[in-house]
Amino acid sequence: MSAVALTVNGKAVTADVDPRTLLVQFLRENLRLTGTHVGCDTSQCGACVVHVDGKAVKSCTAFVWQLEGANVLTIEGLADPNGPLHPMQEAFREHHGLQCGYCTPGMIMTAVDMVNRKGHDLDDPTIRHELEGNLCRCTGYHNIVKAIAAGAKAMEKGHAHKT
Amino acid sequence: MSATGIGAAVRRKEDHRFITGKGHYTDDVNRPGQCHAYFLRSPHARARIKSVDSKAAAAMPGVLAVLTGSELAADKVGNLICGWMITSKDGSQMKMAPHPALAHGSANHVGDAVAVILAETLAQAKDAAEKVNVDYQVLPAVADPARAQREDAPQIHEVAARNTIYQWHLGDAKAVEAAFQAARHVTRLDIINNRLVPNAIEPRAAIGEYDAGSDSLTLWNTSQNPHVARLVISAFVGIAPENRLRVIAPDVGGGFGSKIFIYPEEVVCLWAARRIGRPVKWVAERSEAFLADAHGRDHVTHAEMAFDGDGKITGLRVKTVANLGAYMSTFASSIPTYLYATLLSGQYDIPAIYCEVDAVYTNTVPVDAYRGAGRPEATFVIERLVEVGARELGLDPADLRKKNFIKNFPHQTPVIMNYDAGDYLASLKKALELADYDGFGKRKRESGRNGKLRGIGLSTYIEACGIAPSQAVGSLGCGVGLWESAEARVNPTGSVEILTGCHQHGQGHETTFAQVVSERLGIPLDNVSIVHGDTDKVQFGMGTYGSRSGAVGISALVKALDKVEAKAKKVAAQMLEAAEGDIVFRDGKFTVAGTDKSAAWGEVALNAYIAHKFAGQELEPGLKESAFYDPTNFTFPAGCHVCEIEVDPQTGESEIVAWTAVDDFGTVINPMIVEGQVHGGIAQGVGQALLEHAVYDKDGQLVTGSLMDYCMPRAQDLPTLKVDMTTTKSPSNPLGIKGCGEAGAIAAPVAVINAITHAIGTEQLEMPATAQAVWQALQKANNTRKAA
Repeated sequence: MSAVALTVNGKAVTADVDPRTLLVQFLRENLRLTGTHVGCDTSQCGACVVHVDGKAVKSCTAFVWQLEGANVLTIEGLADPNGPLHPMQEAFREHHGLQCGYCTPGMIMTAVDMVNRKGHDLDDPTIRHELEGNLCRCTGYHNIVKAIAAGAKAMEKGHAHKT
Repeated sequence: MSATGIGAAVRRKEDHRFITGKGHYTDDVNRPGQCHAYFLRSPHARARIKSVDSKAAAAMPGVLAVLTGSELAADKVGNLICGWMITSKDGSQMKMAPHPALAHGSANHVGDAVAVILAETLAQAKDAAEKVNVDYQVLPAVADPARAQREDAPQIHEVAARNTIYQWHLGDAKAVEAAFQAARHVTRLDIINNRLVPNAIEPRAAIGEYDAGSDSLTLWNTSQNPHVARLVISAFVGIAPENRLRVIAPDVGGGFGSKIFIYPEEVVCLWAARRIGRPVKWVAERSEAFLADAHGRDHVTHAEMAFDGDGKITGLRVKTVANLGAYMSTFASSIPTYLYATLLSGQYDIPAIYCEVDAVYTNTVPVDAYRGAGRPEATFVIERLVEVGARELGLDPADLRKKNFIKNFPHQTPVIMNYDAGDYLASLKKALELADYDGFGKRKRESGRNGKLRGIGLSTYIEACGIAPSQAVGSLGCGVGLWESAEARVNPTGSVEILTGCHQHGQGHETTFAQVVSERLGIPLDNVSIVHGDTDKVQFGMGTYGSRSGAVGISALVKALDKVEAKAKKVAAQMLEAAEGDIVFRDGKFTVAGTDKSAAWGEVALNAYIAHKFAGQELEPGLKESAFYDPTNFTFPAGCHVCEIEVDPQTGESEIVAWTAVDDFGTVINPMIVEGQVHGGIAQGVGQALLEHAVYDKDGQLVTGSLMDYCMPRAQDLPTLKVDMTTTKSPSNPLGIKGCGEAGAIAAPVAVINAITHAIGTEQLEMPATAQAVWQALQKANNTRKAA
């Protein structure tokens, strides 16, 4: 077993885990943060994207013991539970950027990371290229692309959010 | 139209939980004391299982049990079934081979479950699986449907000689022969409709739990139709009586058909849970899903279309071999027959059609309904023939279509269907305008200047949704009725719960069903909750597939609301001391006609329950009504999709540069949701046309067995989509709804292939039209031209 201490959604957590425990398993099974999903076993689908130290990471590709001292943000921590939605969450709702909802947390976490790296004025080709690591089977991406462009703009307007 | 009623683009009620990570999918469910199941699967396409030695595995840490087909048989667990009986042209019944939930005696495809390992943790179960020693005698296999009926192909099941499940036909062979004899031109095509893997992003999962106190079982599963799962698992598999089996399908992350079926894993989880007295949880891994979820399509077809001297279609003849895989999945038999051949008339007035379908077993994963299910295959056949026919005859493909469109309704086709309403010219005309069809020549010249080939392809498709009425589908061999139920429970405070037998897995029923209630009762959306997916809550239902929830499920809801209104009027009459016939209900208010006496919706609901204003012996207290709705006909959504594509002749790479869709779905409850369904369907259709292919090698190994090898459409593979509508209402249900879930997947593949072949100037191109396939087609065409 391996001992590990890290921060998840602003809270300090410690655990003693089987060394083969992936970050996504730790989030879902140990912390019961089931918003982060598993859609594949080859790191293709992106349903498990979270932020580690401010960067988008597929949580199926990291062992939790590798993340000693890291700061992890999941979909559950994106907006203050008592406050308004994060602008990117709101944009997905407003633009119908989700259907079954399964890929959605990973999409939103990827989108926020995209804005952090590429800025608030995202054109269609940029968004589509940046989404190469996220699969959606429901929406045909059309409304996801629209949602991300709008969410990126809304984030610029200074809505309170964590990234 | 009210702001939240029928036709309003209301934002979805269900979204909040999904965007905040609070969805509740099967894998999010954990039961006290649960253990984990891992399935050991056959690595061989066909093998005799000589023995399974599980002693070493059973002794591994954390292992609770290792169970095989022998234990399953000893416990008399029944086989899985296919629920639609097809009769061959010689009068014999289809040949359904035994399908045990765990292979017993033989394994018949790579991925066939041979044993299940139950352990405290999934890791322990996986570790132990490596210690199970299965002694296989590997046998020759056949994976190619075109080879399955050959004399030298191995026979997979004793019941099916030449691996033939049925040889079915539909239509008038003699009339078609006469049409071809008299034809001025015949277009002939060989078509392979490529095998696909559905790949809903949520993998399948199941949890079985046994309660010894009540001797009852509960199954949580990723199902599109929990009641049918309960029925089959009770009545055929015999796991538990229906009244002591509860099936809960919570949030489900996409289905596309693949979660309609009753699968071995859910049967095993239930059986094992009772056997070991612990809840048993199984979640598919993606690569496992490739080997265990029903695949789609996989047809080999020869098709011919006869034309007269005027470009009028006079006959259609189709011969298809459909691969159903190693076992017959739940509805497999109906897909290449009644959901395929019955749609071969397309949007056209064709006097004579004849279709023969042979369904075959192969050593591959079972094949069943996948978005569109038979209708994309039919549309591909007819829309390729029409397009190629037009090119051969030197006619504009749009003009040839116009000449042959059905213009009067109702229209009886020669292949069972009676189209009730439509305006095919209107959708074609609007699509051509939006796509600037007339400006194509200019755009093609521009592409040419950039060294690119440009093509435009049409697809004027039809589909049949809301499969029904039950009496009709029963006469065709269907084992169930295809009605839907709804129950409206009005609470004393006037809020409403709607219980529906439909199941949502992305379609937004919690919003659209609530919109219908909001409009009808004049109450806010927030006062309406939609309950579905639990057999203990909803009395019975047929689930969601075949674009049926609107046409059938909402129709049942309307019928239940009719009854609620009738009952509420009786209560209001008592309250307002007026005759029942004088009560008018409008905008959430009951008024005595011609007076200012009125009662609000909430007051009437409360009075129905407190029952102070009427004698309970004369009028029953309470306000709760249920309805079963059986439609009078299928519905027939139709439309026109236009795909414009640019091909780089140096690489063969295709880029979709424009997409226009004009669909007629009848009445639309929520246009935002409907457009979303169209977008998603198009993406799946484009995936089939350009990228996706489940490839088996000759030994029956699935070569494309993971998302590393099987190419799913990504955001970059798709353009911004132009989606519009025309409307003719369906006369077959109260609101005039037709259904929209499958249209994109039906229309899209052939639009893409028509566009690429138009660009490259050769018709010899199979799906998926990868860069390599297109480049090769171009080289072949160039060589042929040079040789000529």
